[in-house]
Amino acid sequence: MNSQSVGNIWRRQKFYYFLLLPGLLYFLIFHYIPMFGVSIAFKDITPFDGIEGIFGGEWVGFTHFKRFFDSYYFWNVLGNTIIISLYKLFFGFPAPILLALLLNEVTSKWFKKSVQTISYLPHFISMVVVAGLLTNLLSTDNGILNAILSALGKEAVSFLGEPAYFRTILVISDVWQSIGWGSILYLAAMAGIDPQLYEAAKMDGANRLRQMWHITLPGISFVISILLILNVGKFLEAGFEQIFLLYSPSVYQVADIIDTYVYRQGLLQMQYSFAAAIGVFKNIVGMVLILLANYIVKKMDQPGLW
Amino acid sequence: MINKREKTTQWLIYIVLVLVSLAFLLPFLSVLSTSLVSEKEWMQRGAFILFPEELDWTAYRMVLFDSTLIWGAYQVTLFRVLVGTALNLIVTAMLAYSLARKDLPGKNAAVTFIFITMVFHGGLIPSYLLIKYIGLQNSLWVLVLPSLVSAWNTFIMRNFFMSIPFELEESAVIDGASPATVLMKIIVPLSMPSFATIGLFYGVYHWNEWFQASIYLNDTHKYPVQVFMRNILLSGSLQDEQMDLTNELPPADTLKSAVIMVSTLPILLVYPFIQKYFVKGTLVGSVKG
Repeated sequence: MNSQSVGNIWRRQKFYYFLLLPGLLYFLIFHYIPMFGVSIAFKDITPFDGIEGIFGGEWVGFTHFKRFFDSYYFWNVLGNTIIISLYKLFFGFPAPILLALLLNEVTSKWFKKSVQTISYLPHFISMVVVAGLLTNLLSTDNGILNAILSALGKEAVSFLGEPAYFRTILVISDVWQSIGWGSILYLAAMAGIDPQLYEAAKMDGANRLRQMWHITLPGISFVISILLILNVGKFLEAGFEQIFLLYSPSVYQVADIIDTYVYRQGLLQMQYSFAAAIGVFKNIVGMVLILLANYIVKKMDQPGLW
Repeated sequence: MINKREKTTQWLIYIVLVLVSLAFLLPFLSVLSTSLVSEKEWMQRGAFILFPEELDWTAYRMVLFDSTLIWGAYQVTLFRVLVGTALNLIVTAMLAYSLARKDLPGKNAAVTFIFITMVFHGGLIPSYLLIKYIGLQNSLWVLVLPSLVSAWNTFIMRNFFMSIPFELEESAVIDGASPATVLMKIIVPLSMPSFATIGLFYGVYHWNEWFQASIYLNDTHKYPVQVFMRNILLSGSLQDEQMDLTNELPPADTLKSAVIMVSTLPILLVYPFIQKYFVKGTLVGSVKG
C-alpha cells in the first residue's frame, strides 16, 4: 500500500472520495463546528455577537461554571436529572427484557407476532401526540383517571401539576412508549440461543423459570451490557422532549432537569455563555460515565463498546 | 410433559400479554372514538369513550375544512418528509458505500470522525447560534439540512453494503465497469431493502420531529403538523393557564382528538405494512454493529 503514490491512489479511488464529501462536510458543519462552539462557555457572549462569539469574544474562564455550581438551581437541577434518570433506568431498562422473556414463552406464533406489532405502535407516535394523550387522560375536567376517582367519591387531582405524581407519570409513559421497540433486540438475541441448551436443562429437571435464569439471561447478556453502557452514557439526558412537553412551573422543583434549565436560561433568557457552560459540563460527565461503564463491563468479561 | 403448573403459567402469560396489548391499543381507540362523537355526546359521556353512540364528523370538518392552517402545516410536513428523506437517503448511501470499501485510504479516520459525533455534541446553544449565522433560521431548509445524515443510520447501511459479496463487483470490474456503473447498476438494485428500511427510519423521524422546528421557525405558516398540533393540544395545559390571561376557550376534546388522528393516521395506516422492515433493519444494523 505504501508503494503506491498518492496520484495513483487518487486516480483509483477518487470516485469514492467524491461520494464521501457531502456527508463529511455535513458532519463538519453541523456537528463539529458546534462542538468548537463550546468555547462560548468560557467567554461572555451577548445575543448580538453572533458567530463571532464562537471564534472571538472576551475570555472569562470558568466564571459561568462557577456561577452554575454556586447557584441554588445547580443542586436541584442536577438532582432531578439524576433521580429521573435513575428511575427510568431502574424501571425502564428491565421492562423490555421482561416483555421479551414473556413473549419468548409464547408458543403461538401469530399471538406472539400480534402482541409484538401492537407493542411497538407507541414508538412511532410523536412525543407531541403522547403528551396530548397524557394530558387528556390526566386532565382534571374530563380525564378518565379523575373520572374514576370521583366515581369512588374522591376529589379530582391535577396529576401533571402535582410534584408527588409527576415523576411517576414520566417513567410510566416512557416505558409505555419504549418497551415494545426495546424488546425487539432482546427477542432477536433470544432466538439465537441454542435450543439444545434448553433440552439439556429440561432433562436435568429445570422448570421454565430456572431455564430462563440459567440459559436465556446469560444468552442475551451481550445485548444487555451494550445497551446498558449506551444508556449510562445518556444518563444526564433524562428525556428532554417528554419533560418539556409535560412540565409546568408548579412541578419545576421535581421536574426541572439540566436540559430544560438550559433551554430556559439559554434560549429564552438568551444567556448563551452560561447555558453553553452547562452543556460542556454535561458532555464531560457523559463521557466519563460512558468510559466508566465500558470499563466495568469489560472487567466482567463482557465485550464492551470498544 | 405439560403439568398443571406449567399450563397455568402459560395461561397467566397469555393473560398478561393481552392486558399489555390493551394498554397499547386503548388510548388510540379512545382518541379515535372521541374524534367521531358530537360535542353533545362528549359532554354527556365525559372522559373515556370507547365506542361512539352516534358518528359525528363535525370535528373533522372543522379541522380539515374550516381551518386552512392545517393544510399549510401538512404541506410543510410533506416537504420535509419527501425532500428531506430523499436527500437523507442519497447522502447517507454515498457515505455508507464509500466507507464500506475494503481498501480506501483514510476510511478508518472517516469512520472515527463520524462515530465521535455520536458521543459528543456541542449542545443546544452553539447549534442554535450556528443555524442563525448560516441564515437557516426561519427557512424551511432548517427542517432538512441540520439532520441531513444520521451517524447511526450510516453505520447500519454501511454494514449492509459490507455484506454484499465482493465477487459481484469484481466480475463487473473485470468486464470493464467503472465504479459509478458498479454502484448504479449492481449495488443500488441489490440495496433496495436497506434503502427502504433506512428511508422509513428517516421518514418517520421527519414526520414526528417538532422541537427543532419549533425553535428555529418563527413564521406560523412554516410550522409542520407536529408543531401546529402542539399548539392546539397543549393550549389548555397548565403551562398556558398560568401565563395566558386573555385565553380563548381551549378547543374541545373532540377537536383535539380529530387533530391527533389527522396527524397520526398516515403513520398508523402505513405502519402494519412497513413494521417488518423496521424490525429487520434494526436487527441487521445492531446485532452486527
